[in-house]
Amino acid sequence: MAAHERTQFTLDRITGAALPVLAVAGALVVGALLLLMLGVNPFTAYAALFNGALGNVSGITQTLTKATPLLLVGLGICIAFRGGVINIGGEGQIILGAVSASAFAIGFSHWPGWLLLPLTMLAGTLAGLVWGGIPGWLKARMGVNEILSTVMMNQIALQVMNFLLRGPMLDPAQIAAGTNIPQSAALPEAVWLTRLVPRTLFHSGAILAVILAVAVYFLLWRTTIGYRIRAVGLNAAASRYAGIPVSRYVVLSMALSGAFCGLAGAVEVMGVHHRMIEGMSGGYGFSGIVAALFGKLHPLGAIPASAIFGSLLVGADKMQRSVQVPSSLVVALQGLIVLFVVASDLYVRRRSRRRMEERE
Amino acid sequence: MLNELFTLATLIGILHSGVRLATPYLFAALGETFAQRSGVLNLGVDGMMLMGAFTAFYVAFNGGNLWLAVAAAIGVGCLMGLLMGVVSVTMQAEQGISGIGLYLFGLGLSSLLFKTLIGSVESVSGFPKLALPLLSDLPIIGYIFFDHNVLVYLAYLMVPVTAFVLNRTTFGLSIRAVGHNPEAADSLGVSVNRVRYVTLIIGGGLAGVAGASLSIGLLNVFQENMTNGLGFIAVALVYFGSWRAVGVLGGALLFSLVNALQLWVQVLGIPIPSDIAVMLPYVLTIVVLTLTVRQIQQPAALTKPYERGE
Repeated sequence: MAAHERTQFTLDRITGAALPVLAVAGALVVGALLLLMLGVNPFTAYAALFNGALGNVSGITQTLTKATPLLLVGLGICIAFRGGVINIGGEGQIILGAVSASAFAIGFSHWPGWLLLPLTMLAGTLAGLVWGGIPGWLKARMGVNEILSTVMMNQIALQVMNFLLRGPMLDPAQIAAGTNIPQSAALPEAVWLTRLVPRTLFHSGAILAVILAVAVYFLLWRTTIGYRIRAVGLNAAASRYAGIPVSRYVVLSMALSGAFCGLAGAVEVMGVHHRMIEGMSGGYGFSGIVAALFGKLHPLGAIPASAIFGSLLVGADKMQRSVQVPSSLVVALQGLIVLFVVASDLYVRRRSRRRMEERE
Repeated sequence: MLNELFTLATLIGILHSGVRLATPYLFAALGETFAQRSGVLNLGVDGMMLMGAFTAFYVAFNGGNLWLAVAAAIGVGCLMGLLMGVVSVTMQAEQGISGIGLYLFGLGLSSLLFKTLIGSVESVSGFPKLALPLLSDLPIIGYIFFDHNVLVYLAYLMVPVTAFVLNRTTFGLSIRAVGHNPEAADSLGVSVNRVRYVTLIIGGGLAGVAGASLSIGLLNVFQENMTNGLGFIAVALVYFGSWRAVGVLGGALLFSLVNALQLWVQVLGIPIPSDIAVMLPYVLTIVVLTLTVRQIQQPAALTKPYERGE
């Protein structure tokens, strides 16, 4: 490689990494214009947002706490996208992961902690695996569009949760008190994840998530299975021709993707809530997609990306409380960031193709 | 109690609600049919509907004429469609993702606007019932089909209009050509990207009306995320209806009838847990998608951005 080409290559990588940052900047500018039109001072709003998320220890630990499920979901989304399938079903997989983990921990609460804790995580992971695997199977065998089936599966999971939390899983204490707030009994303390900073919600699930990010990187780029997942995602027809059982890998990608979302649900109840509650999925199924995209669908890129989006979510709540700017601003910003990121992809693709042609 | 479900009055009630509830699905799914027939999967319908619902509600809430409210909702929906066009057609973005972006944008912006401009849940007087003369006097049929607000009739009118435009006009031919074989359409002088922009804008406008049909027609309130995923169902209905207006009508009716049945089951207090009943339409959609999908031909260029060869 000639010297100028190498410089060009490094430059490309830098601009490639800078694009998501530009996308965020663009979204913030559009957001500021919207706020101005609504008569809100955007500087006050953004200052409150960033201060709330990163200005003190409490903000930072909350950011990392929110980043944990985002990273786990983001990893699942990376696997699905790399395998050429789109998993919109994160919400449902999170919910069922959390429900199954809670039911398992409560049901076997007398088991020793060293056994109960990993099995509880496994219960959540398996639930997500099944809930992701079904749309995968429907796509591979029946040709059902996975985007549509996962959307339906989200609604079904939501109703399953509503049913369980108002019936079989309703906290006996709620029944006794007659309040009937739809939540499960508390999980046995043996499955609570260690709090890393005292008196905050920041728990050891964050460490697990980072370890798994590295593991997913190795899975996708250092194993045959990962190579095949990516091959199917890049070109299903060529993969089939090369003898890869494509439909099996479609199911696998979706199932693995669901497994990570299910684990995210399990970790969320074990680390933060210590019981199954309504609304615990908190839109992570969608925000995780945004974080994964922002991290360029790379498992290691998802680590900083989920921290950034975790801080946005925390900052949004703080902003709403301190300067009364609705936190939904951040949902709109997330949407804009996605639009900017996918739109700017064209620029990256065109340039890399031009470079290829120049080389020939 | 189960036999109460099978009295004539109940059955008529279910059919009446079913016909009425199909309205937002019809507008949104017919709009999406235009986009998908031209080869663009717009997954952001729910976000466009929310913006339409808010806009119509805001105009009506401030004393504006209801038709002005609908027009405003159409305008905002068209703008959202235009945005999708810039990202997915001109910038050739992956459509499954750009749609999610559009959805989140509409979801966030509509609740931001709602919280800053209105603040609390209020109601407006939306379109009143318009019993069609003579037709509504028919026994049973009259009540089921001809005793609704005007947006309901318009939704059903859109079915033949959509079918006509797609199948009997030059513009419809261009749409189908662009969705089926963009290279060939291009070589015949049809601008692929312009057709896709137009269908996305039509889809946006209809999604806007779909939103309005909720906020100033069926429910007469606006709440954050009031569509609750309805726009995603509308996208599914297009597949369900195999990209034809009549198929979409069938899907929308099936979906809304099961929904109406589920509501009546709850009203009558039949001992089926309501959560199980609510999930029925979604299970049904998956089942039907599974059973039908093999026999139908989707637009060949669906989800594939078009780039002219050199």
